[in-house]
Amino acid sequence: MLRLILKKLGLLIPTFVGVTLTSFFFIRLLPGDPILLLAGERGVSPERYQELMVQFGYDKPIFVQYLNFLIDLFHGDLGVSFSTKQPVVQEFFTLFPATVELGVCAIIFAVAFGLPAGIFAAIRRGKAVDHTVMSTALVGYSMPIFWWGPMLIIIFSGFLGLTPVSGRISNMFWIEPTTGFMLIDTLFYSDEQGAFLSAVQHLILPTIVLGTIPLAVIARQTRSAMLEVLDEDFVRTARAKGLSPFRIIGIHALRNALIPVVTVIGLQIGVLFAGAILTETVFSWPGIGKWMVDSIFRRDYPVVQGGLLMIAAIIMIVNLIVDLTYGLVNPKIRHTE
Amino acid sequence: MSDVSTEVKADTQLDLLVNFWRHFRTNKGAVYGLYFFVALVFVAIFAPLIAQHSPIEQYRDAFQQPPVWMDGGSWKFILGTDAVGRDILSRIIYGSRYSLFVGVIVVSIALIAGIFLGLLAGTFRGWVDTVIMRIMDIILSFPSLLLALVLVAILGPTLVNAMIAIAIVQQPYYVRLTRASVMSEMSREYVMAARVSGVRTPRLMFKTVLPNCMAPLIVQAALSFSTAILDAAALGFLGVGAQPPTPEWGTMLAESREFILSSPWIMAFPGLAILSTVVAINLIGDGLRDALDPKLKRS
Repeated sequence: MLRLILKKLGLLIPTFVGVTLTSFFFIRLLPGDPILLLAGERGVSPERYQELMVQFGYDKPIFVQYLNFLIDLFHGDLGVSFSTKQPVVQEFFTLFPATVELGVCAIIFAVAFGLPAGIFAAIRRGKAVDHTVMSTALVGYSMPIFWWGPMLIIIFSGFLGLTPVSGRISNMFWIEPTTGFMLIDTLFYSDEQGAFLSAVQHLILPTIVLGTIPLAVIARQTRSAMLEVLDEDFVRTARAKGLSPFRIIGIHALRNALIPVVTVIGLQIGVLFAGAILTETVFSWPGIGKWMVDSIFRRDYPVVQGGLLMIAAIIMIVNLIVDLTYGLVNPKIRHTE
Repeated sequence: MSDVSTEVKADTQLDLLVNFWRHFRTNKGAVYGLYFFVALVFVAIFAPLIAQHSPIEQYRDAFQQPPVWMDGGSWKFILGTDAVGRDILSRIIYGSRYSLFVGVIVVSIALIAGIFLGLLAGTFRGWVDTVIMRIMDIILSFPSLLLALVLVAILGPTLVNAMIAIAIVQQPYYVRLTRASVMSEMSREYVMAARVSGVRTPRLMFKTVLPNCMAPLIVQAALSFSTAILDAAALGFLGVGAQPPTPEWGTMLAESREFILSSPWIMAFPGLAILSTVVAINLIGDGLRDALDPKLKRS
C-alpha cells in the first residue's frame, strides 16, 4: 500500500510542476500591463513605474521570475492581491470554507436523493418509477445550472417568497467567522437569534442548483451498478435463503453496488468546482468560484495565478485520495496497478 | 485483389449502417432526440424564413412585453420581448445557429486533435506517450470551465475564442479514449498481420487501427457536443462568450439577469432552448452508446 501511495505521488510531481508552469505563464499571456492596471486611473510616473517593476520582480528574465515564484510557493507565499492588497493565500483560505460548505451540502443533497432514486429505479426496472427517475435524471444531467438557479429564484424567492435571493446570511446578522463555515459558526459560536435559520435558508437554493448534476449522475450510476449486482449469484442465494427484500437490497446488493458509485462521487469534484463558479456567480455566494471570476475580470494577476494553482492542487489531492480508497475497497484494482 | 477487397468493404459498411440503425431505433428516446435535433438543424438553416422579426431589431413601443398567453401579450411577439424590445422567439431561432455551430466546431477540433494525439501516444508509447499524457493530466487538473474562462480572458472575449478554449479543455477525453483503444487494438492479430505484411506506421495508425477505435469516440463526440453547447452558453452567461447583441442563448441569459423578477419570461425561454437541445443530444448520445458499444450498454 505504501509503495502504491509513493508511486502515485511520484506520478503527481511532474503534473504539479506542469500546473505551476501553466498558471505562471497564463498570467503573463493575459493582455494588459499589470503595473498600469495596479495604478488604475491615476497612472504612474516613469520613475515610479520602474520602481514597481523592480518591486514585483517584473524586470528580471522570465525564467528567474518563475524560479522566484516557485521559491515563494514553497514558502507558502503566492503574492498579494492587486485589488485588496491581501496575501492571496490568506484570501483563499478565508473564502474557501464558503465553497466547501456549499459543495459538501450539494453532495449530501445529491447522495440523499440520488442514491434512493437509483435503487428504486433498479428494483422497479422497466416500470413507471424507473422511467420517471431516468428521464428526470437525464434532464438534471443536461441542466444549464446558470439558468436553473435564476429559475428557482423566480419560483421560490419571487412567487413564493420563501428563500432569499443571494448571499450567505441575512445582513441583519454579523457573524464573526470562527471556522468559516456559516452553519457551524451560527449554531455553536453565535448567540444571535435566528442566525442559523437564516444561514440554512440562504443555503437551500444554491445547494439544489449545485447538487442537481451530481444527483443525476449518482442516480444513473447507482441504477446501473444495482442492476449489475442484482443479477449476481450471491443475490440469488440471499433470495433463496429467504432473506427479507430489505436486507437483500439494503445490505447485500447495495454494499457491492456502492463501489462504482463512490468513485463517481469522488470524480465529481472537478465538475463541482466548475459548477461552483456558476452557482456562486448566480447567488453572489462569497466563495472561491466567484472570487476567481471577479479576479479574472479585474485582471488581478496574483489572485488568478494563485487561485488556479490552489484549485488544481486540491483537485489533484482529492483525486489521489479517491484513487487510493478505490484501491482499498477493490483489491482487483490494487493488484493490477 | 484490391478491387475485391473494396467491394466487400462497401457491402459490409452498408450492412453495418443498417444494423446500427436497427439497434438505434429500439431506443425510443434516442429517436425522439434525433427528431428534435433534425428539427433544430432545419430551424437554424432556415432561420430568416421562420423568424417573424430580425433578432436585433428593437421595437421602441414594446419593451418587456409578456408572451402571448399572458396579459398584455400579443401574437406579434409570441414569446414576448426583452428589455430593449427585441422579439425573444426570433432571437432564440437565430440563436440555434450559434449553438449548433459551437457544437460542430468544438467537437471537430477536439476530435481531430484528440485522435491525432491519442494515436501518437498509443502507437509510439515511450516518451511520446509520457509527454502527451502528462500534458493531458495537467489540463484535466483544472476545472474545465475555469480553464476555459482564463483562456478566453487571454485570447479575448469572442465566440470564436470561446470555442477554441472549450475545444482545448475537451480534447484530453478524446486523447485518453483513443490511446486506450489503440493500445488494446495494437495487440490484436490483424495488426500483427498488417505489420508483417509491411504496412507502414502512418497507414497502420490511420487505416488499420483507427476505424476499429471509432465506436467509443463517436459516443464521446455526441456527449461532448452537448457539453460544448452548455459551456459556450456558460461563458456567454459569464460575459466572455458571444458579445451582445449576438442572439446567443447564454448571452441572452446574461443580458436578462437583472429582469428575472420583473419579467421572468426573458430569461425562461432561452434557457429552455438550451435545456431541450442538450437533452435531445444526450438522448442521441445514449442511443449511440447502446447501438455502437454493447460493452458500455446500461442494462
